[in-house]
Amino acid sequence: MSSAAAKKQRPKFLSFYALLFQIRMPIPAWCSGMHRISGALLVFPLTAWFLFLLDTSLASEKGYDHVRDVYLSHPIAKLGLTFFIWAYSHHFCAGIRYLFLDLNKGIELRPARASAYAVFAVSILITLYFGWRLWL
Amino acid sequence: MAVNRVVVGAHYGLGNFIAQRVTAVVMVLYSLIMLFVLMGGRPLNYGVWKDLFTQGWMRVGTLLFMVSLAWHAWIGIKEILIDYARPDSLRFSLYVIFILIIATYLGWTVQILWR
Repeated sequence: MSSAAAKKQRPKFLSFYALLFQIRMPIPAWCSGMHRISGALLVFPLTAWFLFLLDTSLASEKGYDHVRDVYLSHPIAKLGLTFFIWAYSHHFCAGIRYLFLDLNKGIELRPARASAYAVFAVSILITLYFGWRLWL
Repeated sequence: MAVNRVVVGAHYGLGNFIAQRVTAVVMVLYSLIMLFVLMGGRPLNYGVWKDLFTQGWMRVGTLLFMVSLAWHAWIGIKEILIDYARPDSLRFSLYVIFILIIATYLGWTVQILWR
């Protein structure tokens, strides 16, 4: 076997640059990568932020009013909340997709790709809906 | 007889696999209930908000959610660190940091709910 494959350098390590610009990842790969990134960011810092908001808003009426009328009306806080909504809904939808894949539902190429697209579509729609309610 | 126990790596897969999915389902249910309560119910003010979190089912449900989150987050973070954090000393240091962060979340949650 003197094929070209045998001469290739192995193992091949993919850089972020290669992942983004040199190879074309299929949509389920993007879905999976975003599941990881959103998961990591939900653990830290988003959970800490939410516990802070819950703590302040439950501690006193003053705290509640401050969170609602001052803190969360700041554009940076709104941006953070919008990002949280995207991360949560993407992680949520992609997770449900994995639960179905575990049960051998939709594991063929076409439905697997379609459901990965659906994860992006649904999570972006959810983000747009709540973003619209938050900003307007 | 020597016991060759491997202390690094992911050799405890099935338990983690099941825990990850069970905790996910718990969090999905809590999320849907919470969404229903917040969007379907009375307009929110401090009284409504405070009442909601003083009810027994809400306290227990929220604690159950946070325990699920902690467990789920730990498995997820460990998976990510196993893949990317090298050398092992860095990985173990990050384990410790994340264990402390996640344990703090749990303590903080109890403090918020049973103040």
